[in-house]
Amino acid sequence: MKVHEYQARQLFADHGIPVPEGETTDSYTEAFEIAERFNKPVMVKAQVLVGGRGKAGGVKYAENAEAARVLATNILGMDIKGETVRQVLISVAADILSESYVGIILDRVTQRPVFMVSSAGGVDIEEVAAKTPEKIHKLAVDPVVGLKPFQARNLAYKLFRDIGQVRQTADILMKLYDVFWNVDASLVEINPLITTPGGDVVAIDAKLNIDDNALFRRPRIAEMRDVEAEDPAEVKAREADLSFVKLDGSIGCIVNGAGLAMTTMDLVKRYGGDPANFLDIGGSSNPQKVVAAMDIILSDPNVRSILINIFGGITRCDDVANGIVEAFSQLKPSVPVVVRLTGTNEKQARKILSSVDLPSADTLDKVVKKAIELAGETA
Amino acid sequence: MSIFIDKKTKLLVQGITGRDGSFHAAQMKKYGTNVVAGVTPGKGSTKVAGIPVFNTVQEAVEKTKANTSVIYVPPAFAVDAIYEAVAAGIKLVVCVTEGVPANDMMKVMPFVKEHGARLIGPNCPGLISPDKSKVGILPGNIVKKGNIGVISRSGTLTYEAIWALTFEGMGQTTCVGIGGDQVIGTNFIDCLEAFEADKSTKGIVMLGEIGGSDEEVAAKYIKKNLTKPVVSFIAGQAAPPGKRMGHAGAIVSGGSGTAKDKIEALTKAGVPVAGSPTEIPQLLKEAMKKARAKAAAKPGKKAATKKTVIRKTKAAPAKKTKPAGKTTARKRK
Repeated sequence: MKVHEYQARQLFADHGIPVPEGETTDSYTEAFEIAERFNKPVMVKAQVLVGGRGKAGGVKYAENAEAARVLATNILGMDIKGETVRQVLISVAADILSESYVGIILDRVTQRPVFMVSSAGGVDIEEVAAKTPEKIHKLAVDPVVGLKPFQARNLAYKLFRDIGQVRQTADILMKLYDVFWNVDASLVEINPLITTPGGDVVAIDAKLNIDDNALFRRPRIAEMRDVEAEDPAEVKAREADLSFVKLDGSIGCIVNGAGLAMTTMDLVKRYGGDPANFLDIGGSSNPQKVVAAMDIILSDPNVRSILINIFGGITRCDDVANGIVEAFSQLKPSVPVVVRLTGTNEKQARKILSSVDLPSADTLDKVVKKAIELAGETA
Repeated sequence: MSIFIDKKTKLLVQGITGRDGSFHAAQMKKYGTNVVAGVTPGKGSTKVAGIPVFNTVQEAVEKTKANTSVIYVPPAFAVDAIYEAVAAGIKLVVCVTEGVPANDMMKVMPFVKEHGARLIGPNCPGLISPDKSKVGILPGNIVKKGNIGVISRSGTLTYEAIWALTFEGMGQTTCVGIGGDQVIGTNFIDCLEAFEADKSTKGIVMLGEIGGSDEEVAAKYIKKNLTKPVVSFIAGQAAPPGKRMGHAGAIVSGGSGTAKDKIEALTKAGVPVAGSPTEIPQLLKEAMKKARAKAAAKPGKKAATKKTVIRKTKAAPAKKTKPAGKTTARKRK
């Protein structure tokens, strides 16, 4: 799960990481009031979950409150990569002497949290990694031992020579490491971490990705989810405990298992179609999940046909068949549905499905081709 | 032969009284797995499907000499279950549970390794050695005894591939689901190494998916170390970047972890990549035929193998020299 900058910077501040004063608002009049209260030049920053907002014009400098009002008016409602800006952060502008990058990622290869620091901050770090990897210094931390102060200092020395700045940075790195564990992050990032002419080290941006698997024990973080920034169908799917990703094609897919669901999408593309979604109904075989899945897919006006591909293991085909029959009676789908059910209780499933008389196929490749063919007929 | 589990596997089921645990304990027993014990705190002295239940893993191991454990406990308690099994001396722990926090996994892995144990999973379907033992949730009716090794990050996609193999008469030595999470106990290379050393395995199927770089790393390993043919399939070519595709680990982030990169790396390493799981058996047949032809065309190499066999019988006592000797012989070709 991603959280907004203003939420991440609050968590950073709670851990003692210095961030400039700031407030969030959804109105330009309030933006004016906040900037007036600060009585200093401010940054007006779009709060969106997608990256690249700076390049899209979502981050601007305002000399005074009136300028902040005008900028907030422009930025609020702006579309950044498909996401509408509904909130702006008004943050006191800092005098910047230098910009660095510091971050921690969960590294799959070493199975450790890995620090990355670079004096090439303020820009896209992936670009730095690709073009000048020597500018990024890394440290894999032993998760059992934790980050030791000397390690934080060593990293800080990669960025600064001045002992005062090294100390401040080492302190920030220790705190950032705490944030990583305390919120169950998979990524924490400060880009840029700046120095001011006065010698202070300050975090002026904050990025935080949370491990979805840990949200059950982080209720405060879970509440930060911005449902409005997500696709409504994806929100609905999550509530129904379905794994769903919306795509642009016309073939709706209902599959059990993530790997098979991806494979089904791949084959739709391979045989000349376009998948409308990724959808994994999961391991259990609750018929209601099939109904919910069908409902979500049918609400997509682009969908021309639906393919259901189930390889029964723990999932029982007869349960899925019952779900399909139920979905047909409740939702009366307006597009053709083609079914492939293989594995556990396949025969019973066929018997149940005979009441709705659907086209079916016995292999993965065949069901995909059939779905594309049917979509072509309804297009 | 097989890898990781066989007739000597004495299985303990952690979370045996739960919905999934009780169902699959019975399924595994029915398949022929030697399920010796179950563990659920507070449910000691009861039985599930005729299997005795203990309060702690330690007690269960003492009483039954269990050497393998499978975990069906909810995600909040799964990591503790791993610690408990490893601390009790279990050397193979299979964690089926999905939804385990990745940070907990980072902490438990050093513990597992220090104790010389192997963890498979989490978020995996487990493994099966046909006609010998099944640990996890893989359906027993789709496998068939044979000479193909299967490794996969997925569940149902694995079933699809196994089913395609079995349909074509290509049975399996062992099928291993290593799990779809970011931090997992056993990776492709661990399995490839084990299959390479397993005498009965003649061909290997490796099913990968988007996210991370395990497939790329495995491709390099295959090129350098494997004499047995490997065929692959990569799921997620149609997946958009930045979106998690069901599995916690299946995500293309910052331009890395794409299916395209993985397919390229594998192709470069000489591993044929199937366009659909149904094409796997044919590709594997061809690859195995080629491997056989190559072996037959090089009589010098065959002689070398024979020589090793003789040497091996002479130096009989140390069993471990077998695979080692063989690899040297093959490398020499």
